Amino acid sequence: MGLLNFFKKIEPDKKKRPFLHTLFDGFFTIAYSPNSVTSNGVHVRDGMDLKRTMIHVVLAMQLCYLFGTYNVGHQHFLALGEYPGFLEGFHLKLVHGLIKLLPIFIVANVVGLAIEFYFAYKKGHGIEEGFLVSGALIPLIMPPDIPMWILALSVIFAVVIGKEAFGGTGMNIWNVALLSRVFVFFAYPTTIAGDEVWVSGFEKISAGNNPEYGWAHGLFNKLFEWADLASFNSASAIVDGFTGATPLALASKGGWGAVTDVYTTAQMWWGAIPGSIGETSKPLIIIGALILLATGIASWRIMLSMLLGAITMAWLLNAWGATPFMEVPWQYQFYMGSFFFAMAFMATDPVTASSTNTGKWIYGFLIGFIGMIVRVINPAYPEGWMLAILFLNTFAPLIDHYVIESNMKKRLQNA
Amino acid sequence: MFQIALIVIGIIIVLIVLISLADNLIQIEAKKTGIDTEQTNMSLWPRISSLAKAQGPSELSNFNFHKLKKGHNIKITGQATGEVVDGNVTRFAVRPTNFRGIAPIPKMMVEVGAEVKAGDPLFFDKKNPDIFYVAPVSGEVIEINRGAKRAISEVVILADKQQKYKAFDIPNLNEASRIELIEFLKTTGFLGNIIQRPFGTVADPSIDPRDIFISAFDTGPLAPDSELIINGRYSEINKGIEVLSKLTSGNVYFSCHSSQAELAKQISNAEVNIFEGPHPTGNVGIQIHHIRPIKGSDVVWTLSLKELINLGNLFNAGELKQEQIVAVGGQVQNPKYIRTFKGASIGELLNGQINSNNMRIIAGDILTGEKVEMNQYLNGYDDQITVIKEGDYYEAFGWLLPLKPRPSVSGTFPNFLFPDHEFEVDTNTHGERRAFVVTGQYEKMLPMDIYPQHLMKAILTGNIERMEGLGINELLEEDIAVAEFACSSKQPLQALLREGLDYLKEQV
Repeated sequence: MGLLNFFKKIEPDKKKRPFLHTLFDGFFTIAYSPNSVTSNGVHVRDGMDLKRTMIHVVLAMQLCYLFGTYNVGHQHFLALGEYPGFLEGFHLKLVHGLIKLLPIFIVANVVGLAIEFYFAYKKGHGIEEGFLVSGALIPLIMPPDIPMWILALSVIFAVVIGKEAFGGTGMNIWNVALLSRVFVFFAYPTTIAGDEVWVSGFEKISAGNNPEYGWAHGLFNKLFEWADLASFNSASAIVDGFTGATPLALASKGGWGAVTDVYTTAQMWWGAIPGSIGETSKPLIIIGALILLATGIASWRIMLSMLLGAITMAWLLNAWGATPFMEVPWQYQFYMGSFFFAMAFMATDPVTASSTNTGKWIYGFLIGFIGMIVRVINPAYPEGWMLAILFLNTFAPLIDHYVIESNMKKRLQNA
Repeated sequence: MFQIALIVIGIIIVLIVLISLADNLIQIEAKKTGIDTEQTNMSLWPRISSLAKAQGPSELSNFNFHKLKKGHNIKITGQATGEVVDGNVTRFAVRPTNFRGIAPIPKMMVEVGAEVKAGDPLFFDKKNPDIFYVAPVSGEVIEINRGAKRAISEVVILADKQQKYKAFDIPNLNEASRIELIEFLKTTGFLGNIIQRPFGTVADPSIDPRDIFISAFDTGPLAPDSELIINGRYSEINKGIEVLSKLTSGNVYFSCHSSQAELAKQISNAEVNIFEGPHPTGNVGIQIHHIRPIKGSDVVWTLSLKELINLGNLFNAGELKQEQIVAVGGQVQNPKYIRTFKGASIGELLNGQINSNNMRIIAGDILTGEKVEMNQYLNGYDDQITVIKEGDYYEAFGWLLPLKPRPSVSGTFPNFLFPDHEFEVDTNTHGERRAFVVTGQYEKMLPMDIYPQHLMKAILTGNIERMEGLGINELLEEDIAVAEFACSSKQPLQALLREGLDYLKEQV
């Protein structure tokens, strides 16, 4: 109770300092559930609220964070040809991953929350939890070497244009996290496409190049030397033949054969491959998806229909078989790329997805179907979920419209 | 791999052929022994019809059976149990504000100090001067209280020890026309007990309702056991149905729970439907949707079970005995059933039951009831009082790590491990109001082919065509109360729905 009294003591005056009060309220409601009681309507409310809904989505992606951080370091040292075993050089890989990930996480959240706080204060209502999930998702879908100013710009774009312009949490049309990524994709394509960007810590990926280490690496080097551990060596160089290409990039050029020349299926499945920070490990994403399904937070209809849509299209492409990429056996399409991440965390966003159950089937199926087309046929960028989801976000209201119309028609017809 | 698949398919085909052969032999044998293969399934395969349609208990097989899956039973502590005890309540009131649809200030027909008999008129609706609202008990009118804008809030009667009933001249059911019956019901005040849908107003006697619906069970939290209300009074129930069937050119529909086989078999003159499922299955609105939905300009009437019995009793015995059972439940000393009359004093019903002052008294259940004080009275429709703690406390990280169990439909609470746990609930909102974010939540709590979230948005935007198209006419507050409970955005769905209904009523 001491903490509660402390909070009550420091509470800023709502009229004199509205901005501070908004800020205070935001943090206070995280520490304490409010003491509000039901007034009209039901007298007892379900224990579930939006904060709890959102935090469970964030919890479900924690394994992706753990693995993603480590994998950033792992890929870095693979490029150097050092510590090829997954658990070799554990401390170095972890530290390198953290040095890359923490700034991304902090910038994305500080920028996003600052905008959120400002709009909450302007509109004079409490801070809504919407950015909790977006702020956790954005770092996971960015390349590890993204410049901070681009990240900040993309978050500003996504939150201001994508969400606040429409009225805040619950009103947006497009998935906020994906909107920030698509902003980078179109405005600064060289930072998020090609073979260069998925392995961190290098100016350019070509044999003989040395890694770029900053002050943080230097700081940890001192610590490691003191502890008699291996340290970052800026004299090491990228080994011959390392390209940093993702499996999808390889597949789009040379089909499944080209992929398996470089990566094993187990490596792709478990996620020790280059890619966006959090999307590489399929089993860990599936665990997250299962958490969301078991708690009933994400829609199983969307997940299942998206899987069906992607399988259908992969089959059709197999049958067509015009390019080596189309001939990749359909089940192997799921070893590559970020299908599962998109399915578990992106397509299921309740605000931007279809809101009717029938609509959810159509919505999910079309994402799977179109996303696979974009992945395989788009010559410039071999991945399709971001574009497919944003495309279907746009059409979700239309899908709902027809579902609702048919319900209304049924009722009015029989009248 | 391919060979194995072929072998598996081959084995399956052989098995199917074998079963079909055996099946045919059974059918032939059944024909020989003269078993009616149309009625009983003598095949090894299940019938498509039996797979598609839910089956009720076999003893109820000649009634329509509806198994509903959506909804949620909120289990809370304090279900009334035991024998029904006499309440010995002395004060009763009639509250004009409870009758939805009548003019705000009714015309009084009695004054303070007047002696009335049970069934004597107290006031009438200025819009319909010939519809009386009557005294539930005999006694002395001791107070006429006024509320906001001088509207009459309650007419209080101090009851006699020995009840006196007004003698009514009962029409002969076999001869009386509908108009004569309606005229009679107007003078008895009984029309106020009939609820008219859409809008949930008191019945308008100038309307010939399409059908009349009665639900014989209540699935709400801590609802009284309907067997206690029925108490073997089948002749009253059937008499009541007979009267109702004269009031409509359509049907009288009587809905029972699948556990009420005894009752279902006793009913004559009404079409019986059997329902099974979680709350709100017991709500008459949900049942109407599954029996014959309200469409276009349809108007239907509904009547509660206790009023049906009172109606039957009026025609059987010639006196309007407005007796009822009240389930006193929740966080009270001793949850119990009390026998009393309509409009009983809350304070007297709860005498000695509450030992903390931070409690909320609810006339009705926790979903649809009204917050009341000790000096108020039950309204005519309620048959329970629920007492729960007020939830005006701060809870550290309550949204993340709740320490106290609480009811929830969400899978993020381990509640599904304890399906029979009774929760000690309070009135905390467990979160703040937000915009609609989560979708599909309301649909799971409403066993109707309706999109509640889209309906709510239509109400917020005042789109009448959409409101009607999305089925606002089929709903009353009680039907979407479970959805409101479950809403993680803490939206006031019942208030919104009423806003929409009022708006619609104004416009048409």
